[in-house]
Amino acid sequence: MGLVARALEAAGVPTLCLTAAHSITAAANPPRAAFVDLPLGYTAGRPHEPAFQRDLLRRAFDAFESIEAPGTIVDTGVRWSDDESWKHTASSGLNNGVVSAEGDTRSERTPDPQYQYESDRLAAEGA
Amino acid sequence: MGVVSLHPVDYIARTREQYDALGYEPYRWAEWPEPPAWTPLAKPVEESTVALLGSGGAYQEGQVAFHWQDDTGIRMVDTAQPASDVRVTHFAYDLLPAREDPNIVFPVDRLRELVDEGFLGGLAPEAVAFMGGIYSVRRAEEELTPRILEAVGAMDVDLALLVPV
Repeated sequence: MGLVARALEAAGVPTLCLTAAHSITAAANPPRAAFVDLPLGYTAGRPHEPAFQRDLLRRAFDAFESIEAPGTIVDTGVRWSDDESWKHTASSGLNNGVVSAEGDTRSERTPDPQYQYESDRLAAEGA
Repeated sequence: MGVVSLHPVDYIARTREQYDALGYEPYRWAEWPEPPAWTPLAKPVEESTVALLGSGGAYQEGQVAFHWQDDTGIRMVDTAQPASDVRVTHFAYDLLPAREDPNIVFPVDRLRELVDEGFLGGLAPEAVAFMGGIYSVRRAEEELTPRILEAVGAMDVDLALLVPV
């Protein structure tokens, strides 16, 4: 995402990257980033918690306005919970916990469209 | 700003250790140490129209879903439809919670609400959806990025919010 942000910014569009992966974003060095301490796959908040999700976005847009130096990552203060035990089981940054030192159980990277529903496939193929 | 302790998971170090334990070649993360370009905000957020860009693999019914092998395409997703109508597909994160509530990777409902309450000026009628986890930085640069630039360039927006997974 850092690559896209850098390119958009160079094209004249101000950008802000949300990120739950601080080290990855620091390496990619986008113009503005807002860190949320959430597991991968939950960048915009906990499911079915609209107030939490709105608060997260408000903090992100506050960061959008406050960042003045290119390459800044602001900590929004958004946390998954006071209990940080999820971090012990969080796995590789390439996937959400499906590669570990014990084995690689990632989904096969197939070249066929991967529909959420079979009806989506029918709708797309009929379109 | 809530709890101030900051101990982010170091996914780069963790991935390095796991790949090493599996006997894999080290994964090479994208690194751009040169300072990024900078475009100042033209107006306050509350007057700005926002483009949503998400790399969680969102698409909508009627579109061809992303495949899982370095798909460098984009899908334009109608932001007027409820998130419950948005689909997600991706090889590299747990899809179950995002399919329960797509807002956690593609927050269209929340952005509309922030527009309604006056916190944001507006939301672009379409969002740009794509699928991260493209293992070739070259293909991300040469194929994906130009498509995104063209799509956003065709929009009348003041800023872009990027939501990776």
